[in-house]
Amino acid sequence: MTTKRAVLQLDGLTCPSCMTKIESALAHQPGVEKVKVLFNASKAKADFDDSKVSAEELGQVVDKLGYEVKKIKVKDTVAAK
Amino acid sequence: MKFQRYIQNHQNQITLASAILIAIGFAGKYLLSSTVVYDWAFILASIIAAVPIMIHAYQSLRVKVISIELLVSIAVVGAFIIGEYNESAIVTFLFLFGSYLEQRTLSKTRQSIKSLTQMAPETAVILHDDGTQEEVDIDDVDEGDHIMVKTGASVPVDGNIVSGSGYLDESVITGESKAVAKTAGDSVYSGSILGNGTLTVEATKVGEDTTFGKIIELVEDAQDAKSPAESFIDKFAQYYTPAVLVIAALVYLFTRDFPTAITVLVLGCPGALVIGAPVSNVAGIGNGAKRGILLKGGAVMDDFAKVDTFVFDKTGTLTLGNTAVSAVKDYADDSKEALALVARAERLSDHPLGKAITDYATHEKVDFEQLDVAENDTVKGQGLTATIDGHHVLVGNLKMMNANSIALTDTQKADLTDVQHTGSSVVMVAVDGALKLILGVSDTIRPGIKAQLQALRDHGAKHLVMLTGDNKITAQYVAEQIGLDEVHAELLPEEKVDYIKKFKDQGRTVAFVGDGINDSPAIATAQIGIAMGNGTDVAIETSDVVLMQSSFEALVHAYALSKKTVINTKENIAIAIGVVVFLLIGLIVGFIYMASGMFVHEASILVVIFNAMRLISYGKMPTQAQQAATQKTSLT
Repeated sequence: MTTKRAVLQLDGLTCPSCMTKIESALAHQPGVEKVKVLFNASKAKADFDDSKVSAEELGQVVDKLGYEVKKIKVKDTVAAK
Repeated sequence: MKFQRYIQNHQNQITLASAILIAIGFAGKYLLSSTVVYDWAFILASIIAAVPIMIHAYQSLRVKVISIELLVSIAVVGAFIIGEYNESAIVTFLFLFGSYLEQRTLSKTRQSIKSLTQMAPETAVILHDDGTQEEVDIDDVDEGDHIMVKTGASVPVDGNIVSGSGYLDESVITGESKAVAKTAGDSVYSGSILGNGTLTVEATKVGEDTTFGKIIELVEDAQDAKSPAESFIDKFAQYYTPAVLVIAALVYLFTRDFPTAITVLVLGCPGALVIGAPVSNVAGIGNGAKRGILLKGGAVMDDFAKVDTFVFDKTGTLTLGNTAVSAVKDYADDSKEALALVARAERLSDHPLGKAITDYATHEKVDFEQLDVAENDTVKGQGLTATIDGHHVLVGNLKMMNANSIALTDTQKADLTDVQHTGSSVVMVAVDGALKLILGVSDTIRPGIKAQLQALRDHGAKHLVMLTGDNKITAQYVAEQIGLDEVHAELLPEEKVDYIKKFKDQGRTVAFVGDGINDSPAIATAQIGIAMGNGTDVAIETSDVVLMQSSFEALVHAYALSKKTVINTKENIAIAIGVVVFLLIGLIVGFIYMASGMFVHEASILVVIFNAMRLISYGKMPTQAQQAATQKTSLT
């Protein structure tokens, strides 16, 4: 398996509680190891196992919560990080 | 799903419709005296405005979060059931209108960062080997690609100029708006703007690995890096919201007073408290980012504001780090020859003092490159010996002269002491057994530094210390010139760390300021590590505060800004708590009901945001005029 990091650029987040929502929804997906939602940058960063889930699927989860996903980037995580 | 999305996208229109209906309702009551129009207008207004709130409440509940929206939804339904349509309509309208205003004002506080990220180029023009050009998305550029940059465009990668030349504005990296001339072989940074000319750049770093990419990521992370106070409030809010629900239920159980119970739900929203601290930090960090000052989050600002002891490295921090020959004592018959010999000898070494001497010789138009070197040797702790052009040359310190039995006259001895006391490093030169030259090599003290150090003191710094590896006389001289409290010289890097530890043990909060390259241990040991200038990757990663521009003006601003931000955060927390207390008293005494409660609640949120926005424009932007105005004061 390889761990990748998905960076989802969302449409402006305005309520701090949105953060909690997105964070816990993503964390409950299979294969997701670490989630961080940046409130002010309106970004969600998730480290995930790409054999279990795809970045597009993670995007759909956020979309279902009612937050528009503007752009998805996938990066290989460096082992040191 | 589509319905939810539609509602969310049209929330502003819904808010407006709700406002119009409320106006119609009041008009119906007071102009037409029609309770039918009044009731129905408010019923309609309540229903349409409640929909988006309830959707949010439901979405949160699905992921097991009790949100503010849930509290409001229950309150509104409650008011509806007991026929308080005007209350439910006004509460929902105020809630929506409040979040609209929050959104607008919040985006203002985020503006500085947004304008930074928008500078990031989205596309690049790749120049293929066959000479064709292709415009591609920035994500598709690889290291090693040749990129074409035209006048007015921003450089999309970090890299080296392969061909072409031009003037670049690197203000996004350094915070300093100044055109820098660059040509083939020079390195360029992503995000800098090409004023004129055309460049071909070979990419060495792309995307988020570029310095600019790292800055953006760091600033984005910093805005969400919470201070201890914030983390506490977040935890608190997590339990607070459900607790409000329980309290409202208890109020109803004990008093059987349904209106009061649902009023508790509205008043219990922790809005201003939750938003108060983060919004101050975002505004403060944004203020810094605009000026090339990167503060890594709320906790860093908290600590920085508490700093009372500043520890400085000397070379490259208090001084500019560019050494130059500042004193020449000449005893030779042919001074050009002596200078040529020493320059030729120094060409053999990579000692920093050597570079100053060869530069000086070049400047004096002495031709030394062609001289023939027969043999040369480095004597540790003394200097170097060489046979050049048939002459026996000794270049080094007093120890070397004594070791080779070079006698000094009284004048020469006095000259030596003179040069030492100007804070210069001394290089003595003997040719064929007689002293010919004493050269003083010194560093330039940063212009205007005395005033900036005083400004640090004015902002609350109590103790200014210099720790340096340089010799004691030079260190003492620099310290006297600029006014420091404490100086320790001839230190190894680990000894610097020991001093910082000692200061910490004395109960001081220490900031270490260095150039960020070879100070990593000291930067890590101090509570606040500050890297100054150059914007190297290492500096960006290891320190708490990065000053992209190597200037003390930026340091003073960062210090003052942290203090301001911390005060601002405290003000916001005080406002938020004050409002809660006010509402609670209002509820008990009976002058606060649902609609007025919601109004005060939303107003308090806007007040804390506006308070934080004051931070955005704090301090003046650094200008070129100021830098030009500060006269250069050198050691000599």
